[in-house]
Amino acid sequence: MARSLETLQKQYNSAAAPGKGPGSGRGPMAATNSFTGKPADTKKTMLRIFSYVAKYWKRLILVFMFMALSTGAMLAGSYLLRPIINHIADTATPAGERVAYLGRMLLVLIGVYVVGIGGTYLQSRLMIGISRTAIQNIRNDLFTRLERLPLRFHDNQTTGELMSRFTNDVDNIGLMMDQSLMSMLSGIINLVGTLVMMVVTNIWLTLITLVFIPIFIACSRFIISKSRRYYSAQQAALGAANGYIEEFVAGQKVVKVFNHEADCIEEFSLLNGDLRGKQMKAMFFGGIMGPIMGNMSQVSYALTAGIGGALCALGRFDVGGLAIFVNYSRQFARPVNEISQQMATVFSALAGAERVFAIMDMEPEAAHDKNTATPARLDGHVILDDVTFGYVPGKTVLKHISLYARPGQKIAFVGSTGAGKTTITNLLNRFYDIDEGKITIDGIDIQDLPRDFLRQNIAMVLQDTHLFTGTVMENIRYGRLDATDEEVIAAAKMASADSFIRRLEKGYDTVIEGDGANLSQGQRQLLNIARAAISHAPILVLDEATSSVDTRTERHIEEGMDHLMQNRTTFVIAHRLSTVRNANAIMVLENGQIIERGDHDDLLALKGRYYELYTGKSELT
Amino acid sequence: MKWSKYVKPYWKYFLLGPLCMIVEVLGEVLMPLWYSRILNIGVENHDVGFIVLTCALMVLTALLMMGGGVGGAWFGSKAAVNFAADLRRDVYEKIQHFSFANIDKYSTGSLVTRLTNDVTQLMNFVNMLLRMFLRTPGMLIGALIAAFTLNAQLARVLAVTIPAIAIVEFLIIRVGFPRFSAMQEKMDHLNSTIQESLTNIRVVKSFVREKREDEKFGRANGELKDAAMRALGVVIFMMPMMMLMMNLTSVAVTWFGGNHVIAGDMPIGDFNAFLTYITQILMSLLMMSMLFMNSSRALASSKRIKEVMEEVPDIDDTNAKNKDARVTRGDVTFEHVTFRYYKNSENGVLNDINLTIHGGETVGIIGSTGCGKTTLVSMIPRLYDADQGRILVDGIDVKDYSLYHLREGVGMVLQKNVLFSGSIADNLRWGDENASEADMTDAAKSAQADGFIRNFQLGYETQLEQGGVNVSGGQRQRLCIARALLKHPKILILDDSTSAVDTATEASIRAAFRNELSDSTKIIIAQRITSVMEADKIIVMDDGAITGIGTHDELIKTNKAYQEIYHSQMDGKEAA
Repeated sequence: MARSLETLQKQYNSAAAPGKGPGSGRGPMAATNSFTGKPADTKKTMLRIFSYVAKYWKRLILVFMFMALSTGAMLAGSYLLRPIINHIADTATPAGERVAYLGRMLLVLIGVYVVGIGGTYLQSRLMIGISRTAIQNIRNDLFTRLERLPLRFHDNQTTGELMSRFTNDVDNIGLMMDQSLMSMLSGIINLVGTLVMMVVTNIWLTLITLVFIPIFIACSRFIISKSRRYYSAQQAALGAANGYIEEFVAGQKVVKVFNHEADCIEEFSLLNGDLRGKQMKAMFFGGIMGPIMGNMSQVSYALTAGIGGALCALGRFDVGGLAIFVNYSRQFARPVNEISQQMATVFSALAGAERVFAIMDMEPEAAHDKNTATPARLDGHVILDDVTFGYVPGKTVLKHISLYARPGQKIAFVGSTGAGKTTITNLLNRFYDIDEGKITIDGIDIQDLPRDFLRQNIAMVLQDTHLFTGTVMENIRYGRLDATDEEVIAAAKMASADSFIRRLEKGYDTVIEGDGANLSQGQRQLLNIARAAISHAPILVLDEATSSVDTRTERHIEEGMDHLMQNRTTFVIAHRLSTVRNANAIMVLENGQIIERGDHDDLLALKGRYYELYTGKSELT
Repeated sequence: MKWSKYVKPYWKYFLLGPLCMIVEVLGEVLMPLWYSRILNIGVENHDVGFIVLTCALMVLTALLMMGGGVGGAWFGSKAAVNFAADLRRDVYEKIQHFSFANIDKYSTGSLVTRLTNDVTQLMNFVNMLLRMFLRTPGMLIGALIAAFTLNAQLARVLAVTIPAIAIVEFLIIRVGFPRFSAMQEKMDHLNSTIQESLTNIRVVKSFVREKREDEKFGRANGELKDAAMRALGVVIFMMPMMMLMMNLTSVAVTWFGGNHVIAGDMPIGDFNAFLTYITQILMSLLMMSMLFMNSSRALASSKRIKEVMEEVPDIDDTNAKNKDARVTRGDVTFEHVTFRYYKNSENGVLNDINLTIHGGETVGIIGSTGCGKTTLVSMIPRLYDADQGRILVDGIDVKDYSLYHLREGVGMVLQKNVLFSGSIADNLRWGDENASEADMTDAAKSAQADGFIRNFQLGYETQLEQGGVNVSGGQRQRLCIARALLKHPKILILDDSTSAVDTATEASIRAAFRNELSDSTKIIIAQRITSVMEADKIIVMDDGAITGIGTHDELIKTNKAYQEIYHSQMDGKEAA
């Protein structure tokens, strides 16, 4: 039963709204989006964009020189036509002299053209080099900073949102650098030059042309306001259609299982039909700007020709002058249009640059907060001492957590979604910093350890399984870059991944693409475990590492890893109780507090929450 | 695929659009002509009246041109938008007919891009095509005719310059086109690099691989810059080259034309008009080459859409022999079934499976990750087809059912199950769109979902967010089961669909199955041994093969894998 258009629009316009990330389950949700709300300082932004270019100031000066040269040459070239036409049309002068004059002038003209074109070429060649390098630097700066921003930042951003910084925003800056700056400058020079030439040629005709300027502006304003309105209507319809497409293409398999194809087609055709109508209007109003403005200048051309012609007929103006004036009046609209078009580019570039720079200005994770000597190695004595933490001020997620873990021990966390299990491990490697209390490893406060060193000593298998484009071999080796092929295979065996890897098309050399979409969730988890297993880190964190792996395979993994865990401190988070049963200590978390702790038998004897869960009397949410 | 399908219904727009643009072209060709008459006749004869009249005619022409341009925009957008909307509809419909294997081939993201960006690219291209591609050559031809009419002798200059320009253009396009495609490729590569680094940020940070990612990005970024420089270099070279050619041509025309004027066999007005036409001709040549350059993106999009449209759904029911058959009993038989994902890999996902399930039975399937459980059951509703062997439902080969009837008879709760945005009731009615309130609550009760649904403030009208992320995992699974139950399937398949439901609730669901679905076949894939222990038949799978079939009591004595699974879960717990 297909839904109505109104229902669909309501549903998918909100579904298409930005900022709705897939970050379900864990971690912070609120916290204001700190990089869009800042007040804009246009001048500062402009200067900062310029600073990327200014590094190449010597070349930039050359660019300006070439530009002035070429613009001047072009203006001079068009003016030269006046004496040429007047001379050849001047029947009073003997023909031979006129031909000789024509020849001379044309040689001069060729010279002027060559200078102008050479200038244009050198100018744009140099400018493109500067701007592309600047854009490359901006992208690099942005990426480097993004990689180093704390997770607090990433939690509040969708990937799509950040991607558009690189694509739309940086591209807009690039567009501005490539063209706008130069063409606006040369446009202004052109405009002023043409205007001067026009006034020199004929002041009255110039006035006619000038009358058109306010009409131009009024017309373009009207069209722009109209098209903007229809454009946003179109965007809304497009958003709804895209939202629908995204949801249903992702759920396509369910659609098929329920024989729901016909309904989906019907619903989509409603949205598509709505889009069709709105897109038509938007495209129409977007498309009439060109013909209306272009033909307005044809009107001005006609009037110039008529009035200029009449002046010539009355002997008040020369034919050569009219010829170049007509050219000027046709040209005149061009820099006006160009500048107004480029203004739009400049504004969107500025807006983009503000967003880009806002990210660059954010505080990255400091490499090293305090000066403490780095120990040669860590053993893995982990102590949490009265730790309290909240992602958002005033909303504590963990309250007064204390625990001690020794090398060789396996500590498990059990609890409902949102109880704070993942948060504890996130604090260990300083994805987030704690609000109160202290975390030490081998007696050293983790805040005193260099961040990179700390993280190198904690191998993590994260809840969300992520893989990189590259071979299976490379993906496992990500855990320790100098691992040999044999070590990779050994790690894969330990994680019970070897047998399925060998069944892949090219075994360990199979290229994983698109985050391993062609692997099952369980297989991805096995690869993630192998990746962590290959690392020599003394602390191992397994966050729902085997949730999609069957219990028997899980047991094989456990056996395989027993040896590995002997000298390591292992933290395990799991929904499934069979996963944590043989841990040295199980912490049952509820609402950010440890409500029960002890080993499996202790907790069963306690007949508390763990007992209820284990006997199936209650369910983890 | 045939693109003409999207043009035919709108042929009027496709025709009228360019026709309107021709009005503009004609005007553009006529304007200089009238201007030359002002000079030749009006100025020469000092005839102000004639000049005023011609001027009025020119203004009128300009207004007509404006009308033509606006009309061109109107029909152009009608044609382009309708073209795109039909195309979008067809691509979407095509995806509806994709089999699971077809869907697996493309990622969700790439299908979405094709339906959104690529279609939009093509729409803009069609619009541009209608307004520019015909206008520009039209202008070229019009200006050429006008130039030859004005002075055929002088127009011969063009016989030299146009081929010269065409050759230069051709060379530039040949060099430029692949460079632009290369740039687009590098752009895509950079984007996927960014996307990967951002989605994997936690992995990157926890393994301290920021520098490595920076290097990777730096390489991709550098490659993009080089590719962009190479591509833009063509444009940078082309523009001045073309300008030079244009200027030299106009110098040549001025020289030869000037001599004609001096010799007295060409009026000065004609000379002026001729110069304008030369500019028009050269400008339209330049425009054409720019348009060619810009069409590279549209070409890429059209290829990607074509790929989807020409994808052959590998499962269809056109050759089904028994289209009216419906599933009535729920018997399932596998005969020597073999299946592999990679057609050239040695080991199949399933190897020579033989299996008989009787209508009404409850069957549990258990086995390790990746052993082929999901694949096995997916073949019953023909989500995948066997490579060898056959599957019979009620004694009829599944390939002989119509897909609709087969899937109506088989309800399946997928492992990676999805709820859609909308109310709970909307979602449940996927199973049966005409389900009454009572049917719905019955199904929800059987799936042990009624209770928590009623606890929501809005009950069955509670709005679910996309993917159902606002209910817990266990609740989501129970809603998915209720949705499948509403179908009243003869065969119900649950693929690991109660993993997040607690064991007590799961037991109640099983009890409801026994009572309410006694004559339906129930096939349950599970990881928890308690989920399958009571089944009439338990199938133990390993590495694409069935290693044991029997009841719990039989398997616990004979099957090693089953024992292992049992002990991995039940140790320390008294056996139920």
